[in-house]
Amino acid sequence: MLSTLDKGLYPNAIRRLILDQSKRANVGHIGSCLCVAEILAALYGEVIKGNPGDPDRDRFVLSKGHAALALYAVLRLRGQITDEELNTFYCDGSFLGVHPERAVPGIDFSTGSLGHGLSIAAGAALAARMQESRRRLFCLISDAECNEGSVWEAAMFAAHHKLHNLHVIIDANGQQAFGLTRDVLNASNLNERWNSFGWRVSEVDGHSVSALVNVFSSGSSDSAPHVAIAKTTFGRGVSFMEQGRPLSQAHLPVHPINWHYLPMSDQEYEIARAELERAR
Amino acid sequence: MCRLAAQDPRIVLLTGDLGYMVMEPFQRQFPDRFFNAGVAEQNMIGLATGLAEAGFLPYTYSIAAFAALRPFEFIRNGPVMHNLPVRIVGMGAGFEYGHAGPTHYGTEDIAVLRTLNGLTVVIPADPAQTTAAMLATSKLPGPVYYSLGKDDRAVLPELGGQFELGRIQIVRVGRDLAMVTMGSLAREALTAASELAVHGIESCVAVVSNFNPDPVDDLADLLANHSQVITVEAQALSGGLAACVGTIIASHGLACRLKPLAVRTPPDGTSGSQQDRWRKHGLDRASIVSSVLTTVRAAYP
Repeated sequence: MLSTLDKGLYPNAIRRLILDQSKRANVGHIGSCLCVAEILAALYGEVIKGNPGDPDRDRFVLSKGHAALALYAVLRLRGQITDEELNTFYCDGSFLGVHPERAVPGIDFSTGSLGHGLSIAAGAALAARMQESRRRLFCLISDAECNEGSVWEAAMFAAHHKLHNLHVIIDANGQQAFGLTRDVLNASNLNERWNSFGWRVSEVDGHSVSALVNVFSSGSSDSAPHVAIAKTTFGRGVSFMEQGRPLSQAHLPVHPINWHYLPMSDQEYEIARAELERAR
Repeated sequence: MCRLAAQDPRIVLLTGDLGYMVMEPFQRQFPDRFFNAGVAEQNMIGLATGLAEAGFLPYTYSIAAFAALRPFEFIRNGPVMHNLPVRIVGMGAGFEYGHAGPTHYGTEDIAVLRTLNGLTVVIPADPAQTTAAMLATSKLPGPVYYSLGKDDRAVLPELGGQFELGRIQIVRVGRDLAMVTMGSLAREALTAASELAVHGIESCVAVVSNFNPDPVDDLADLLANHSQVITVEAQALSGGLAACVGTIIASHGLACRLKPLAVRTPPDGTSGSQQDRWRKHGLDRASIVSSVLTTVRAAYP
């Protein structure tokens, strides 16, 4: 049994909080949050080392900041924020907005603008090396985020400077804000692209906690930075979201993009919650 | 920079692949604290953000237009939003890269970066003030942008290398007109003031060298004592010095008329020396004199 699960960081526990808070706040971005549940469970349960106050703790940059609610759920399950604090998500004046702010305990970097996080993570990884710290940097980006030129600026720098303490996870859900990634700017060969930029590339099932943990614990003597392309399903864990069906708005065409935007109706919430309960 | 770095081990220098004959001494003296980020200004600011969060004091360097404009959003969401001590150095303020053409002009950097609350903007008028300003601001806990001139010979002895955050420097006194200027144009404005004296017009020349915090009290005092002010800057009209002075006049209800000399026209494909560009945009000594004479004659026919 993985200690990930001992710590209560079950992917579906993360998902339940995502659904509860999205419903309470009546907001979207649900699909993007659901699909990173295993990635965050693996990272925060097993991979990321060090206590919150330790300057040499590993750091995490959520560059796909619109999945902040999934991160808040993890912070809640780890006891870094309280139920009362989590219940301020999306409320006026709250630090728990749709995108993460460093004012929140456990969040080191504010993000939300795609293409920003990796350059910060590269700088932080360089800093760790200069300070002779063993801390590692983990940065979660999305496949669509690779549209941004700044991602490749940072990728070049990290490879040139052999920042092997830097690990990037690409949430490869194939979906972006206005269509499928293959239809918008096709980058189906992400593996080759990162490899040609000088990175060590792994491909992994983004919904297998043990596979994800394995990818980050398999030590490498390689001096290159590491990118794990994690294949995920948008809206994972809720069948009608995975299928792109908005149950309550039958007039909308079936498309995964729907669950990038839509909040849940009462009926959708009940069905989604019941599915998660059955999957326990 | 070398002096600062010798005293402060947190200092790291990043360049966007520029600084030939400028960077080498630092690179030689502190090879472990010098990084060429390549021609990638957004990433350079991101790197600096990550370094600063870990306790370093990173300085980034490029031509003003590239240092400030290309990575604007990275500056906003990085050092500013995280309130980290990143130092952004933009070289070649105004039209200093004259013959290089409009892509290389620093004519919006100050106006644009002034909009970022929390980013101190420093515009030294000459090398001595540059040194004073860099020393005075090196320990600030938040981010700083420096819009620097690259001509070591463009000195303004009247300034005496004075610099103080939130303050202006008066480099000439006069009762008839206030002239407020910044950067390397201060020298041009001061020469114009001497020529205006021949016409019987005594100008008080004030140099603004920093925004955020803006020198509101000093400017309000100055403007309260003059019925006419002319601003002289190699920046776009909106957002720069004229905007600052105009806001102070209006918000303090001062009886002072503003004549703003600034960059008002879009690039037209031409380039030329700095002096030529100043002339083209009505910012050189002769244009300042002529603008003042017209303004004063209109006010006192």
